[in-house]
Amino acid sequence: MSDRTAAGPVFLDAGESALVVEFGRSVDPALSDRVLALDAALAAAPPEGLRELVPTYRSLMIHYDPLRLDRARLVGLVEERLGAASADLRPGALWTIPCCYAPPHGEDLAEMAALLGMPPERAADLHAAARYRVYMYGFSPGFTYLGGLPEPLAISRRARPRPPHDSKVVLVGGGLSAIASFAMPTGWYVVGRTPERLYAPERASAFLFEPGDSLRFEAIDPATFAALEARADAGEVVARRTPA
Amino acid sequence: MTALRILSCGPGVTVQDGGRHGYLRYGVTVAGPMDALAHAVANRAVGNREDSAALEVSLGGIELTAEDGPLTIAVAGGAFQTTLDDQPLPAAVVATLEPGAKLRLRAGAAGMWCYLAIAGDLDLPAVLGSRATHARTGMGGLDGRMLQAGDRIAVSPPGRGAADGGAIVAPLLDRPADIVRVLPGPQQDYFAEDQVAAFLAGPWRISPRGDRMACFLEGPVLRHAGGFNIPSDGVAMGAIQVPGEGQPIVLMADRQSTGGYPKIATVIGADLGRLAQARPGTEIAFRAVSHGEAVRALAEQRAFLDAPIAIEPLRRDRFSSEFLLGRNLVGGWIDARRPG
Repeated sequence: MSDRTAAGPVFLDAGESALVVEFGRSVDPALSDRVLALDAALAAAPPEGLRELVPTYRSLMIHYDPLRLDRARLVGLVEERLGAASADLRPGALWTIPCCYAPPHGEDLAEMAALLGMPPERAADLHAAARYRVYMYGFSPGFTYLGGLPEPLAISRRARPRPPHDSKVVLVGGGLSAIASFAMPTGWYVVGRTPERLYAPERASAFLFEPGDSLRFEAIDPATFAALEARADAGEVVARRTPA
Repeated sequence: MTALRILSCGPGVTVQDGGRHGYLRYGVTVAGPMDALAHAVANRAVGNREDSAALEVSLGGIELTAEDGPLTIAVAGGAFQTTLDDQPLPAAVVATLEPGAKLRLRAGAAGMWCYLAIAGDLDLPAVLGSRATHARTGMGGLDGRMLQAGDRIAVSPPGRGAADGGAIVAPLLDRPADIVRVLPGPQQDYFAEDQVAAFLAGPWRISPRGDRMACFLEGPVLRHAGGFNIPSDGVAMGAIQVPGEGQPIVLMADRQSTGGYPKIATVIGADLGRLAQARPGTEIAFRAVSHGEAVRALAEQRAFLDAPIAIEPLRRDRFSSEFLLGRNLVGGWIDARRPG
């Protein structure tokens, strides 16, 4: 496993049918750019036997069929595409996501703000003023990890998970923000709720964002939330997309 | 319309096809069978595509019947006790289920999962291209949930399997789980060498905590060389992650797409079913193999699946002694032959 060159990634086997191309071991937009450039380069012309690409903060997992795509050939292909990859990185779109921070939606906002020593309104304003980067999906369908949380909102996750939250919540924890589509117990703080559906299997676009997209939250009141939620539940996309 | 009717059903029985592929990058679990080899054998034996939707039966067991027409079915997987109108059948079998006849699968001598394939198409909607059930997110299968008594699944159109049925000859399904082969990594460098050796040696006991998501192992406490939190990266089926308390967890069919604990090794694809079929309390050890060896083991299974499935006519005088022993608990006729 000493394939790492000065600037090149490390190739790690995750079983015989998955290869991890690891660019680093931290959460860093520059690493993410390299991951997404390779992701785009491979997706643009996938070799026979490539099954799925899973980009994360700092690595790209390539699921493949080793009976159709030889490991050495795959590694060679990745190295070849790495050279040209930076040119393939498409500029991400900018999304504006409606978010209601007010009760009852931002269930944990007051608790989190108290721990950070600020009024809840200040925490909500800071959260809505920032621009986030969609690093990756994981954990559950449509669960989006977002970088770019303002420093004053950096807070560790809870030592013990809280009871299940609502669906479609906006979260803060561990120096990141996130959006969760499914109701689950979590160690993150629930600071708001979006009427948008980040997982809608029957909609033409089942998922809205691609890793690498940018995102900002637009604070809305509970009445607006209710109106937008009705439209989203009817199949409309209520988030706004601005092409890059 | 010809249909399958569930008469009774234990917990944990689901519809599974080859899995929901293509959406891991959006956080969507693959699901699919715990023992893909047995699932494929059952499907092939009734003439289906090997990744067709079939029933994954847990130790809870199931009783079912056909409605409005006969169904050709196949059973393969763990050594379950299978009866058709109370007559014992081999553990791996193709048979015709007449309307009103009762097919029963119950936990048997060994194994955790058994697959019941039905010739034809289960009339269930695909979600993101798949009928695989992922109960945690309510996706796929029948209303995204485990099956229960009273459920009816139309088969449209029913297929035609082998006319007479018979015992499926599939020696590759007979897999003891004492040794499970792994490929080291992707994060074995988060552990000192002696800890990797301790991991391989075990022995590990399979904990009763397991489910479709993960297989929990109990044994020596593994220590991390540094920390045990890593920025999330991709998770393959069979990934063996070691969280803070040092007891490994093998991530299985219902695993999440990404995870944040170091993964010391990954169970090779050819041995995933072997591990999935091991019951709680089973003692296992791991053996590290090369990438080439893992691919060769996978190729061997591929060749087996690509060849025609051998089906022997059911003739009791030709049953193997192993089969007779397996029937001991259910069959009245075998007791009559027991001396004394």
